[in-house]
Amino acid sequence: MFDRRLIQYFDWWLIGLTLMLGAVGFVLIYSAVNAGDVAIQKALYGKQIVWFAIGMTAMVCTFIFHYRFMDQWGGMIYFISIILLVFVLINGKFVSGSRRWLEIGPLTIQPSELVKISVILILSKYYSKRASIRGFTLKYLLIPMVIVFIPFLLIVKQPDLGTALLIVLIASSITVYVKIERKTMIWLIGSGAVLVSLAWFFLLKTYQKLRILTFLNPDRDPLGAGYHIIQSKIAIGSGMIFGKGFLKGTQNALSFLPEHHTDFILSVLAEEWGFAGTGIVLILYILLLGWGLNIAHGCRDTFGTILAVGVTAMLFWQVFINVGMVMGLMPVVGVPLPLISYGGSSVVTSLIGIGILMNISMRRFMVE
Amino acid sequence: MYFLFLSFTILMIRLFYLQIIEGEEYRRLSENNCIRLQSMDAPRGLVFDRNRNLLVDNSPSFDLSIVIRDAKPLEDTIGKLSKYMNTPKEELMNIVNSKKGLASYKPILLKSNIGRELLAAIEVHLFDLPGVIVEIKPQRYYIKNRSASHLLGYLGQISPDELKSGKYLSARQGDFIGKFGIEKSFQNYLSGKRGGRQVEVNAVGQVIRVLETVKAEPGHNIYLTVDYALQEKTESLLQGVAGAAVAMDPSTGQILALVSSPSFDQNNFITGISHEDWNSLITNPMRPMENKAIQGEYPPASTYKIVTAIAGLEERIVDQNTTYFCPGYYQFGNRVFGCWKKGGHGNVDIFKALAQSCDVYFYQVGEKLGVDRLAWYAKACGLGVPTGIDLDHEAEGLVPSSLWKKEKIGVPWQKGETLSIAIGQGYNLVTPLQMLSLTAAVANGGKLFRPVILQSMETVEGDIIKVPQQEQIGLIPVRKQTLDIVKRGLWEVVNTNGGTAWNAARVDGLNIAGKTGTAQVVSRKKEVGSGNRGKPENSFKSHAWFVSYAPADDPKIAVVVLVEHGEHGSSAAGPVAREMIKTFLGVAETEENNPVTKQLHQ
Repeated sequence: MFDRRLIQYFDWWLIGLTLMLGAVGFVLIYSAVNAGDVAIQKALYGKQIVWFAIGMTAMVCTFIFHYRFMDQWGGMIYFISIILLVFVLINGKFVSGSRRWLEIGPLTIQPSELVKISVILILSKYYSKRASIRGFTLKYLLIPMVIVFIPFLLIVKQPDLGTALLIVLIASSITVYVKIERKTMIWLIGSGAVLVSLAWFFLLKTYQKLRILTFLNPDRDPLGAGYHIIQSKIAIGSGMIFGKGFLKGTQNALSFLPEHHTDFILSVLAEEWGFAGTGIVLILYILLLGWGLNIAHGCRDTFGTILAVGVTAMLFWQVFINVGMVMGLMPVVGVPLPLISYGGSSVVTSLIGIGILMNISMRRFMVE
Repeated sequence: MYFLFLSFTILMIRLFYLQIIEGEEYRRLSENNCIRLQSMDAPRGLVFDRNRNLLVDNSPSFDLSIVIRDAKPLEDTIGKLSKYMNTPKEELMNIVNSKKGLASYKPILLKSNIGRELLAAIEVHLFDLPGVIVEIKPQRYYIKNRSASHLLGYLGQISPDELKSGKYLSARQGDFIGKFGIEKSFQNYLSGKRGGRQVEVNAVGQVIRVLETVKAEPGHNIYLTVDYALQEKTESLLQGVAGAAVAMDPSTGQILALVSSPSFDQNNFITGISHEDWNSLITNPMRPMENKAIQGEYPPASTYKIVTAIAGLEERIVDQNTTYFCPGYYQFGNRVFGCWKKGGHGNVDIFKALAQSCDVYFYQVGEKLGVDRLAWYAKACGLGVPTGIDLDHEAEGLVPSSLWKKEKIGVPWQKGETLSIAIGQGYNLVTPLQMLSLTAAVANGGKLFRPVILQSMETVEGDIIKVPQQEQIGLIPVRKQTLDIVKRGLWEVVNTNGGTAWNAARVDGLNIAGKTGTAQVVSRKKEVGSGNRGKPENSFKSHAWFVSYAPADDPKIAVVVLVEHGEHGSSAAGPVAREMIKTFLGVAETEENNPVTKQLHQ
C-alpha cells in the first residue's frame, strides 16, 4: 500500500521555504512583543508557537492522504465552513465592532480563514469536471458565482470587507486560469462595471460612500487608518539599507502601530532589517509562489493543477495586499502576511495550503 | 508567472523608494518619534431655557499633563513640578506610575483645571519642564448652581458597561457622558464629535508643525421649553421641603417648570464626585438624587376625585342634580368610612362634593362604579403608565384593579377597598407629572399630551435640526357636558367660600381652578413590596397635593405641587401653586397679553 516513492518525491524545497518564512515570523513577533516599555503581550509569543505546531500537524494531515479525497470531500468541507460562518454571525465573539471569531474551548478560530481553503477546493472540483479548451461560458459560471457569493455575503456581514474581497480575488484567479470564453469575459467585465456604477450612484448612502472612499484612500482619515499608514511608512523608511538592528526599532517600540505583530509585521521587518532583509524575505516569497506554480505545472490531473493554482493564488494575494498596504500602496484591510504574521487561524490556513501543495507535489509520479 | 514577477517588482520599487530614496527623511522623523496624534475634545452643546437664557455653559479648563517620553529626566521634572504645584513629589510619581501601562508618548493627566497662578508659573518655566503640557479643554459649567439640577442632570465618567453597550458612538474610556436628566436624554446630540490632529513635535514635546487636522464638531445646542424665571421662583418656594412642582402649557404639553426638592450641586460632578459627597447625597433622607416629579410615586388622595367624578358622570351614575347626604361618615356593611369633615357636609351635589372634597359623596359614586370601571377611566386619564417625557427613570404609578390584586397579592378584591380607591387612597400611586398631564387635559378640553421639554435643537451655526412636534397621546373619554361640570367644580374649590383652597390659592383677577389632596403616608404599595425608599421614621405626616390651572376660562398654565409630609394640600401645596401661577401669568400679562401694551406697541 505505502509507496516508497512518496518519500523519494518529498518536496524539500517547499518545506524548506515554508520553515524559513516561519522562522522569520518568529524573529519578528519576538521583536514586536518584546520591544519597548509596553510589556503586555509576551504571552502571544508562546501562543504563536502552539499555533505553528497545530498548523504543522494540520499540514502533515493534509498531505498524508491522496488529494483525490479532497475532490470527494470538497462539497462537505464547503458546507461545514458555511455553517461555521453562519454560526459566527449568531454567536461570534465581538471584538472592536465586528464578529469574526468563534470560541471553541480555549481556542478562538476565525472561520473566514478556513473558508478560503474550502472555496478553493470546491471550485477546483467543479472546474476540473468541466474544463475545455474553448473556455467556460456564462451558463457554467453561474454555479461558481453562487458558491463564492454565499461566503462573501456572510463575511461582509461580520463585517470583514478585506477577507470577503480576498475570496473573490482568489476565485477570480482560479476562474481566469481555467479560461473563460472571450465573449463571456467581455460581457462579465462590462456588466460588472455597469453594476458597480449603478450601485454607487443609486444604491449606496452618503455615509457608505464615505466609508468606501476612506477605505480606498486612507489619507482621508488622518486620525485612523491614515495615521497608521504614516507611522508604518516612517517605520519602513527609517530602516534604510541595513535596518536599525534586531530589537532596535523605535517606531515599533512605542507601539504607534496597534497591529504591529499582526497585519503590520512587515514594518517591523523593514525597520529592523532594512532593505536588505525585506528584500530577502520578498525573494523567499517569490520562490515559494513560483514553486507553487511549478507544482501546478508538474501535476498531471486537472483537479490537482487547479487546486495548486488556487492555493498559490491565495498566498500570492495575501502577500501582495499585505505588503502593498503596509507600504501605503493599498487600502488598509485586515489581511495578514502568510506564515509570518501573528494569528492562529491565519498560520493554520497557510500551512494547510502548503500541505495541499506538498500533497500534489509528492504524488506527481502517479498517473491516473 | 509573469504576473507574479511584475507584482513583486512593483513592491520592490516601492520598498526601494521608501527605504533608500526617502530613507533619510523617514529616519529623521523616526528619531524623535515626532509624529503624534493629539485628540481634540468637542465642546458639548449648550442648554438654554425657552427665552434663550443660558443655563449650561462650557468653561475652559487648563489641564496639566506630562508625556513620559519627552520628560527626561523624569524624576527631575516631576520634582520641579511638585514645587510649582505645591503637591508632594510622591503623589505625582504615584499618578505617573499608575499609568505606566499606557504608551509613553500619551499625555498623563496630573491635574485638571489648574489655577491661574500655577498656569502662569508653568508657562514661564515651560522650557525647564520637558514633556509637560497644558491643554485647554472645554469643561461643563452649570451657571445656576443647584438649580434645575434634576432636569438638566449631570455628567459622569463612562462606565465599562456603557462603553460596551455601543450606544455611545465615539466615546472612549475616561470620557464624560450624560448620566442623568437631559444631559443623558440628549447625550448623542449634545456630545458632538471628537476631532484630532497629527502634529510634529520637537525633542521637548512641543508642537512645531501641524500636519493634518480633523476639526472637532461641537455638540448641538438645546433650547428647553422651561421658563427659567418660573423655575427659579418655584425652587425658592420649595426651599427646605421635600417635594416636587411641575408646570405645563395645557395647550401644547410643553413643560414650563420642573422642580424636585431638595436639589443637588451638579458642578460637584464635573471632575468626578468624591465618595463622601456621593454617600451623603444618597443617604440623605430627603432623597435629593431622586427626581420626585417623575420618579416619586404617591397616593393621589383627593386629587383623584377628578377621575372618580369623570367616571361617575360618564357612566350616568350621577348628574349635576344628584345629591347625597353626608352626615360625616358612610356606613358600608359593618364598616364605617369617615368623611374628613367630622360634622358632615349635609346635602352635597357634584359641585359641592368637588369644592369641599366630600368623601361620603365619592364613596357612593365609587361603590356604584366598582373598581374595574374606575380603573378603566384612570388609565384613560393617563395614570398607570409613564407619560413618555424625555427623561430617564420615569415611574409608572399604579392603577389597581380586581385582576391586579388577584395576580399580585393573590387575594380577591374586597368591595370596601373600592371606597378607598374612589377617594385616592389605598393602592393608588401616581407621579406628580402624571397628575399634571391629567390636569392639563381637563383644562384643555380632554387632550392628553406627551409632556415635552425640548423646544428646539440647533447647530452651533443656528440651523434648527429638531423641533419636536406636540404629540397627543390620548383623549380623556368625556363629553363636553361632563368636563364643564368638573371644571366648574374645580373652579369652586378655589373661588367659593368653603372651597378647600379658598384661603390657600385664591388670587383676585387670576381665576385659578384646582383640587387639593392630602395623602396618608402609609403607602400600601410598600406592603406589596415594590417601592421601598428610605424615609425618616418620625415622619408620618400626610403628603400635600395641589393640582390646578389658570385662568379657568382660558387656561395658559397647569400646575401640580406635591409637598412630602406637608400635612394639608390646602395649606402646604396650594400657596406654592398660587405663587407659581402669579409669577407666570403676571409676567405674561405685562409683556404679551396685556391689551394696553399691545396697543402701545402698534
